[in-house]
Amino acid sequence: MTVIEPGVQRAEQGPADRPPLPGALAVGWARAGIEIRMFLRNKASLVFTLSLPILLLLILGSIFGGQVQGTDVDFKQVFIAGIIAAGVMSVAFTGLAITMAIERGDGSVRRLGATPMPRSSYFFGKVVLVLATGAAETLLLVGISVVAFHLRLPDTIDRWVRFGWVLGLGATACALIGIAYSWVIPNARSASAIVTPPFLVLQFVSGVFFPFGELPQWMQTVAALFPLKWMAQGLRSVFLPDSFQFVEPAGNWEIGHIAAVLGGWCVVGVLLCLATFRWRGPKVR
Amino acid sequence: MKALGEREMRTMKIAPASPAAAIEIRGLAKSYGDFQAVHDVSLEIATGEVFALLGPNGAGKTTTVEILAGVRLRSAGEVLVLGQDPAKYSRAFRDRVGVVPQSTSAFDDLRVRELIGHFAQIYSRPLPAGEVIEMVGLTEKSNAYCRTLSGGQRRRVDVALALIGDPDLIFLDEPTTGLDPEVRRHAWDLIRMLAARGKTTLLTTHYLDEAETLSDRVGIMIGGTLVEVGSPDTIGGRRHADVTVSFRRGALAGHPLPPLPIGSHVVERGDRVEIRTATPTAVTRALIDWAERAGTGGGSRGQVSELPDLRIDRDTLEDIYLRMIVEHERRAEQSGTGLSGPDRTPLQRRGSETGQTSGAVVTDTVTRGVTS
Repeated sequence: MTVIEPGVQRAEQGPADRPPLPGALAVGWARAGIEIRMFLRNKASLVFTLSLPILLLLILGSIFGGQVQGTDVDFKQVFIAGIIAAGVMSVAFTGLAITMAIERGDGSVRRLGATPMPRSSYFFGKVVLVLATGAAETLLLVGISVVAFHLRLPDTIDRWVRFGWVLGLGATACALIGIAYSWVIPNARSASAIVTPPFLVLQFVSGVFFPFGELPQWMQTVAALFPLKWMAQGLRSVFLPDSFQFVEPAGNWEIGHIAAVLGGWCVVGVLLCLATFRWRGPKVR
Repeated sequence: MKALGEREMRTMKIAPASPAAAIEIRGLAKSYGDFQAVHDVSLEIATGEVFALLGPNGAGKTTTVEILAGVRLRSAGEVLVLGQDPAKYSRAFRDRVGVVPQSTSAFDDLRVRELIGHFAQIYSRPLPAGEVIEMVGLTEKSNAYCRTLSGGQRRRVDVALALIGDPDLIFLDEPTTGLDPEVRRHAWDLIRMLAARGKTTLLTTHYLDEAETLSDRVGIMIGGTLVEVGSPDTIGGRRHADVTVSFRRGALAGHPLPPLPIGSHVVERGDRVEIRTATPTAVTRALIDWAERAGTGGGSRGQVSELPDLRIDRDTLEDIYLRMIVEHERRAEQSGTGLSGPDRTPLQRRGSETGQTSGAVVTDTVTRGVTS
């Protein structure tokens, strides 16, 4: 019985003649550049992904009005903070999960899986893409809100910094969850139907369309498990006067909690991605 | 144990001369649920060899290649590719292996040069992107978006993506399926060029001419089993194979055929006579003598009746291949499964299974030799 013994008479086949592979971060940045290029060139997806939150902002922003009970804050401003959070989740979670399903279906994921591309570099590229598109979406929503709905921009450095990390952590968390969530999508055709419901439900229970403090207790509890509620709350702390925090359920902005939950979801998201993502799986063509 | 010993003999027979095997497979199997896609495949492919896996659709070729390339896990068996187990994820392994998958990949929104340049960023020792683009003949299209390319051009992009990392080993899964003849020839030139550079190449195909013209050795895979391995000119015992001597009786209709060497196998289809034989020269001599006697009524030499359409044909690879498929299907029907198991001698009974129409008269000279 001949047994195959690795390494015997195969010295000349070793990888010694090759330089070290490029680092995961370098490959990740290369991946990010390509991802952004592909996203910008796919006009249909570009317009669809970015325009839905803008339409919601324009329509609901024109309908909503009146002061939030117990404050002198116009609900419109509360809604704007919420729709920015939802817009970022839209490009990060919804857009990414659908794109992943398409890329699994069209062979490009499998193609990359046959190369020495590390999974982490692939995730990194996706997250950078989401951060870039999330930033663009935010810019559009804030710009429209300033012009059309008298949104007041943050007036302290402190608030601008918070604006940055809430969006950054929130987008990253949503992107990683989106990559992991794409695992339950059997094919590209059903992607939209499977991704939209949880996003829609989360928007309702997380205080995007209604003041969070006025929602039933159980909804608040469910929403508190997911990032969107904390992103919306963080953005309220960026755009609304500090007096508004007294109608928040906790009676304050809970800045520490926001950072902890969003950061926690980033960690959980990475773990979920590593657990579920396969270059080649039953759903990868 | 006896059967195992025989299989070992077989393995020894197919072992290449070079000790440095690029691919070593023993008892490879893959099943999807109850379906056995690959069954007990053993094979060695030498470094620098061009090996073609030939088989009909669903034979298990793609599954085998994907297992070897590390993008699919096997169910059983031992596999070493470039001295490594491809089932263990390794970037270093993927760095040295190029894969052209069966289906063309998308990347619609990237230009050819961008896409190939991007893949270059993933490897340790990439070739210059422009050089690879030129190699596959896409220089004029290097600024075109992938979505604007024709099917043949997309296939060339696939090949370029497999080559950009300067692999030691290349897997080509049906690289030319769906290409027009001219583009296919171009792909062939490319594969020959890779071989000339010392790259080990494993390609799958269901084009026989492709396997024959490109590969050092051919493995015929049917129903998940590797039924035969050999060089294109010896596969299926081709070098020693039966030859078909055939002619039309014409004016000699009604004359009984002469005694033929033992082992000759006569098939008469109306006017046409086909004789499968391992000794075509002796058969031909017997026929010439017969034609001479018949043409002259037993008179003097030199007045041979022409045998219309006299031909001496050696089996083409296609004949052998098709016969194997028919043989496999026949035996699968008999055993009631799709698998032929360890019994891998489908060529023992060759001859009458293919190409026969009903109404053909089959005679065997073992008996004929006695009666006539």
